[in-house]
Amino acid sequence: MEMVTLTIDNKKVRVPKGYTVLQAAREAKIEIPTLCFLKDINEIGACRMCLVEIKGAKKLETACVYPVSEGMEVYTQTPQVREARKVTLELILSNHDRSCLTCVRSGNCELQKLAEQLQIEELPYEGETHKRPLDNFSPSIIRDPNKCILCRRCVSMCKEVQTVAVIDVIERGFDTIISPIYEKSLNEVPCVNCGQCITVCPVGALREKNDTEKVWDALAAEDLHVIAVTAPAIRAALGEEFGFPMGTPVTSNMITALHNLGFDKVFDVDTAADLTIMEEGTELLNRIKEGGKLPLITSCSPGWIKFCEHNFPEFLDNLSTCKSPQQMFGAVLKTVYAERMGIDPAKIFVVSIMPCTAKKFEAKRPEMTSSGYPDIDVVLTTRELARMIKEAGIDFNETTRQHFDDPMGDASGAGVIFGATGGVMEAALRTVAEVITGQPLSSLDFTEVRGVEGIKEATVDVGEMEIKAAVAHGLGNARKLLERVKSGEAKYHFIEIMACPGGCVAGGGQPIQPSQVRSWIDIRSERANALYKEDKKLPIRKSHENPTVQRLYDIYFSSPGSPKAHELLHTHYTPRENYPEE
Amino acid sequence: MSSTCSCSKEFVDEREERLTEVIEKYRGVRGALIPVLHEAQEIYGYLPFHVQKRISEEMQIPMGEIYGVITFYTQFSLEPKGEYQIQVCLGTACYVKGANLILEKFKEKLGIDVGGCTEDGKFSLQACRCVGACGLAPVVMINEDVYGGLKPSEVEKILKKYQ
Repeated sequence: MEMVTLTIDNKKVRVPKGYTVLQAAREAKIEIPTLCFLKDINEIGACRMCLVEIKGAKKLETACVYPVSEGMEVYTQTPQVREARKVTLELILSNHDRSCLTCVRSGNCELQKLAEQLQIEELPYEGETHKRPLDNFSPSIIRDPNKCILCRRCVSMCKEVQTVAVIDVIERGFDTIISPIYEKSLNEVPCVNCGQCITVCPVGALREKNDTEKVWDALAAEDLHVIAVTAPAIRAALGEEFGFPMGTPVTSNMITALHNLGFDKVFDVDTAADLTIMEEGTELLNRIKEGGKLPLITSCSPGWIKFCEHNFPEFLDNLSTCKSPQQMFGAVLKTVYAERMGIDPAKIFVVSIMPCTAKKFEAKRPEMTSSGYPDIDVVLTTRELARMIKEAGIDFNETTRQHFDDPMGDASGAGVIFGATGGVMEAALRTVAEVITGQPLSSLDFTEVRGVEGIKEATVDVGEMEIKAAVAHGLGNARKLLERVKSGEAKYHFIEIMACPGGCVAGGGQPIQPSQVRSWIDIRSERANALYKEDKKLPIRKSHENPTVQRLYDIYFSSPGSPKAHELLHTHYTPRENYPEE
Repeated sequence: MSSTCSCSKEFVDEREERLTEVIEKYRGVRGALIPVLHEAQEIYGYLPFHVQKRISEEMQIPMGEIYGVITFYTQFSLEPKGEYQIQVCLGTACYVKGANLILEKFKEKLGIDVGGCTEDGKFSLQACRCVGACGLAPVVMINEDVYGGLKPSEVEKILKKYQ
């Protein structure tokens, strides 16, 4: 690799050619402030916070995009640089809704941190400010233009990474706004509610719809049986909100905290993930045997489902008819569980804790009430749960409860890895392979489908059969993969798609890591490792061996794909028009 | 091919056909959005929602990007324009020479705001950025006609020419 030597603040540093000044400074352990920068996603030099002086250059340059060269002399703290950064920040702040005390991002706001770091003590600019309406019509995402600093990270995420492209830079100059067209609500455009825009927003301009009050009310209601069900990805990231190192599984801390909050039962959605594998695996085998529509595409990710309904209606018949684990679990709790426990299903209140903002939309879909009750009553994101735990003053270090409650018990390792990209595929392969061959697998680790590569492929020999599988995460990758399938260039039996890059561990409802962290650490891999570690430790690692699932079939559903299973555990999809004419 | 006209199935809006030709001409051309919008605006006089939607679907450009470009450039319009389009330059040179007073006079005489169109469809009024004729400041353009060194008192006389 060709190397370049330069000095930054008189410190000599040797870095690969092609590095930016920002990257080189990082190597030299010099922190240059950034605001719009998010590595690989938004590198546009727009906010001017990373200005540096380069000897011989006519003007100050933006370190985040300026390439290094041999012998370059960079200065990051000259009076001119400090003045320029400060004035720029003061101007940004002058038109920013500075209601930090009541902002959900207070304490985790990149703008607030910069103001502190650059010691902004007063704002000299008393000019015009915007007062724009709040967009809170979406069931998942709130958009607050008065807090937006026009960094464009959300636009890059929505448009380039996800190819959803429902927000863009509108108008110009002082009137510039990041918004859907005609300043419509996110609810009126083909937004899929994935919430990736929230996870990259440096401030509080994009945030989830807060549903915690509904949960406090339910917990306070004496006649309700309130159940928390937690998705696999929560245990992999919730710890970050309480100072645990990234990638620390905090399963027992989480179960304990939920009980301390007053939930009557705490169940693991992974059990429903195991149930999903039974249903979806059976669906796959049936489609292969009976010449059904292939490839079969997974349906666990509600952001992906809405994306498919908007953009690939021709693939709706390829989607597995299985409800997502969240919805399956809700349906089971309000039927089998209610019956067995002798509780009126009307008095059961199910709160699902999800790494996901699209789950809030999914829970409200009219199809999700086949038991006569809404499968799920409220969906909270990981962040909302963390806020409830903090508000209640609960010690998150307490780990008095090690296991999820009976009668749903602990799930299999296959259910746990659902939270990472490739996890559903791997879980399905573990079960399908054993069902077809009738032989136990020699190795349970299908490593080809793990990792953060955008599109992964695997061909698995199962007895006489060869199953061709593909995995895509992030909707831009999903689009690419589906175009290939559409053109006939690629043929598969089974495809896993997750809306969020990295899968649920990096979902739109997960703890927000600032650019200073996520630009340099792959949070997707760190969190996924927590799940693979837990999978490896569990005594049961295959969905079909989960005793709770076996019991559910014995006492209620009889067999996967049975009429009863179809009634409660399966769903259907509808094409959705993009931008209908008024 | 979608036709937005609902008055008769047989009747095909001639403008729709011309838009089809424009889209065909630029299919697969990089950076074609701005010329397509220009030509579409020439056909329709402005860029209504359904035109944006057709361009988006047929050229596979996101609606947000199209709308973003339209709202960025003052030459593109989301609203119908008048037969005579009055553009008052508010660039720096014109502004210091009192262009805002001229703009106010046009508003008063026409009874419309900036961005508006008179009820008879005759005049629409826009404020624009520098038109590159600072030596003539303050400058007003009415369609292709350029008026320089204007005083507010001359506005009425100019309007008469077009009535």
